[in-house]
Amino acid sequence: MSAPVDYLPIIMQLLVALGFVALTMGITHLIGPKRKTTDVKLTAFESGIEVIGNARQPFSIKYFVVAILFVLFDVEVIFMYPWAVNFREFGLNGLIEMFIFMGTLLLGFIYVIKKKALEWD
Amino acid sequence: MSLFYVVAFLSIIFALLVIFTKNPVHSVLYLIATFFTFTIHYIILNAQFLAVVNFIVYMGAIMVLFLFVLMLMNLNTDTEPMKSTLLKVVGAIAGGCLLVTLVGSMKTLSSASTTAMDNTGIGLVENLGKVLFSDFLLPFELSSILLLAAMVGAVLLAKKDNKTA
Repeated sequence: MSAPVDYLPIIMQLLVALGFVALTMGITHLIGPKRKTTDVKLTAFESGIEVIGNARQPFSIKYFVVAILFVLFDVEVIFMYPWAVNFREFGLNGLIEMFIFMGTLLLGFIYVIKKKALEWD
Repeated sequence: MSLFYVVAFLSIIFALLVIFTKNPVHSVLYLIATFFTFTIHYIILNAQFLAVVNFIVYMGAIMVLFLFVLMLMNLNTDTEPMKSTLLKVVGAIAGGCLLVTLVGSMKTLSSASTTAMDNTGIGLVENLGKVLFSDFLLPFELSSILLLAAMVGAVLLAKKDNKTA
């Protein structure tokens, strides 16, 4: 099951994925039309208005809250895989154990909802 | 065994690049490469499920979080705060403490038996579940409290309380 040969399909898929990216990028460079541009044409252009300031503005922390909550529930789901595979074998005990685990996280979810952390006001 | 040395060498190289690159976004990209080499390490150690989880959660989700944190901060060079000498000293002490802890724990380590390595199916999701729900049930349930604490902490830090503020 775990001999190094068994990972050959995964490695091949990885190589195909990377090769496709490299190939398409290379081919577009080769067969695409070339255009001589000056520095003026390469500047950011927005409806004829001069560029003000820097594009690097710190953005809202709301995105971060959504992302970190996603990761936490992602980890919860990861823990459900070993449980789901052995679901029949564990029987009622496994169900109770998992419900304790999920109940704790459900408390967190209720807290998040009550705090309105996911609302964009 | 030679594969291990190649991957370990790559891990160290990428980990050093994480520290030594000036651009923080490049640093995060090198961290992704480091995590990928860790995935290969897990596969070599017969921890297949952990390898997949490491690949999906760490390389996918947690790296996005790292990028988010980078973008939350103002990365313009002119607004970069000067690092005071006090901060440097504190950082050196904290890093030294971590080093001492690591060296101390390394000293108490004994070489694991190789029987686990011979059993190639030990890291599969089915066997992992059997162990997780019998021998390691308490750590598993405690991990839910850890996740709860992280959730509450993130919401508390990020959400402005309208009533008190």
